[in-house]
Amino acid sequence: MGCVSCAGLMMEPLDQRDTVTLRLKEPTTIPIEADSIRPDLFVSRTLAEIKALPAFYGRRKVTLGDLFEIVGDRSDRVVVEGDLRHVKKIGLRMSQGRILVRGNAGLHLGAYMRGGEIVVEGDAADWAGAQIQGGFIRIRGNAGHRVGAAYPGEKRGANRGTIIVEGSAGREVGAKARRLLIAVQGDVGEFAGAYMLAGTIIVLGRVGKRAGAGSKRGTIVALGESPDILPTYRYECTIHPVFLRCYLRRLQEWGLPVPKAALEGDFRRYSGDITSLGKGEILVYAEP
Amino acid sequence: MTVGITPYETRMVELLDINGVEIENTFAEAFDMWASRLIVTAVNDRWAMAAALAATGFATSIIACGCEGGIDGILSPELTPDGRPGVLVLFFTMSDKDMDKVLLNRVGQCIMTSPTSACYDGLGADIKVKTGGKLRFFGDGFQSSKLLEKRRLWRVPVMDGEFVIEESFSMQKAIGGGNFLILAEDERAALSAAEAAVEEMRAVPGVIMPFPGGVVRSGSKVGSKYKGQFAATNTAYCPTIRCQVAASALPESVNCVMEIVIDGLDEAAVREATRAGVQAACRKGVVRISAGNYGGKLGRFHFHLNEIMGGGQVDGGV
Repeated sequence: MGCVSCAGLMMEPLDQRDTVTLRLKEPTTIPIEADSIRPDLFVSRTLAEIKALPAFYGRRKVTLGDLFEIVGDRSDRVVVEGDLRHVKKIGLRMSQGRILVRGNAGLHLGAYMRGGEIVVEGDAADWAGAQIQGGFIRIRGNAGHRVGAAYPGEKRGANRGTIIVEGSAGREVGAKARRLLIAVQGDVGEFAGAYMLAGTIIVLGRVGKRAGAGSKRGTIVALGESPDILPTYRYECTIHPVFLRCYLRRLQEWGLPVPKAALEGDFRRYSGDITSLGKGEILVYAEP
Repeated sequence: MTVGITPYETRMVELLDINGVEIENTFAEAFDMWASRLIVTAVNDRWAMAAALAATGFATSIIACGCEGGIDGILSPELTPDGRPGVLVLFFTMSDKDMDKVLLNRVGQCIMTSPTSACYDGLGADIKVKTGGKLRFFGDGFQSSKLLEKRRLWRVPVMDGEFVIEESFSMQKAIGGGNFLILAEDERAALSAAEAAVEEMRAVPGVIMPFPGGVVRSGSKVGSKYKGQFAATNTAYCPTIRCQVAASALPESVNCVMEIVIDGLDEAAVREATRAGVQAACRKGVVRISAGNYGGKLGRFHFHLNEIMGGGQVDGGV
């Protein structure tokens, strides 16, 4: 079921011999825009060409070579190291390959991504996976606000792709999402799945208030503490949803600690938001 | 061991003998078909099997059943998409268009209706039929879809909760009509040999034996004395009219014949099922193993018993 190759790739350590490694030369609080850090740009370029790729240091246009020590070339496997909290747009619009961020990542990680994989060993800032169109992002720490969400002014958000957050995430996770899958091992903040068009958000921890506000379709699954449900959602029934088993098994394969009882258990189903189309749902695990 | 020539051979070959049973130097003639394989799951083994048996019922022969179908195997929960007990079912049709209709009818009437069932593609081939995409309309507008990586599922609201069905099932070219005949001294020996054969053959993945219990007692031949009837009883293998037919295929010691028909996903599967079945059928009371063909003129696939059972290479055929 699903893409077994994704599970295998995420577990496989990157072989240093065939990667491009970028190490931030100096820690900085000046925002760096590094949307050139993309495996699909590196795969056909020499080291000199990679170093010459553009970046922004504050408002100053520079090159990647100015900011990073770079080793390796012609590879779509990329390792980025250093204090990257202020390095924005890593993996923006990437379509293939793998990025491993050893540390924390800045804003807009993997935004508009179309394929490939990103793993962040630390935390990620806001807008991780915003407008994602495909691919796989795994954040081993916490994520900021608006994971997998739509940018302001966009009518539609993420369409396809998978985002896993092993820590907690902030507000508006998956806002305006379409066919996205987001799984958060910890808690999520308010307005998760706001204005969702479709897709699935699974939260093993606590779901914040106002989840699913304005959603048309889509599924929010609360496996942890029972959340406050908006009054615009109506209780339908308590059932054992078979489709959810497919998802939860996949999460287990990806290493998330989904309790076995949840796989076999019943869920209270709430449908809404009745201020919108009303075909969304919130499934709350009904502990026996 | 004896040496002889049959009409379909071009050189001298050794006739095989397994456990004292003669393996006739002939071949089974099989045909191109299309196959689709589904995974049916349910809350437990009982209900998964109930759905699978219903879906593959009345599917012994494409002559009048529209398809040939059967159980390919049992899946433990770890091997199914939703982690519940499952059954693999195979369907064979003459054309890809027939498969679309067959799946729609059988999944819709037999699997969807079965308590707690769900249905997924079990083949993973490139050519698809959108069975789930059509059955979703049973949800009357309340159905919803889920996309998990590359697999799209439809959730159809039903009285026991939801029927989950994959949007598309895949199909591939396959083989139908592999066969062998068990010529035995009496009914008990023929049936017992057939049962033993089917039990071994059921362990071969990718094949079904579509007739009741895997065995057919009323094998047919092409043509009839009656105008408009294209098939009739296989007179050459009917013991009660041995002396009345022009060319009976039965030696005097044979009083009962059972046939096993095999449909498979590929040649290797049909070949292995034939081998396993023939080996198991070669037991006390069985006189000869033969096979049915049309002179090699109709079917693309020829499964030579001699070659399959290790008796040596035979010219001609596939």
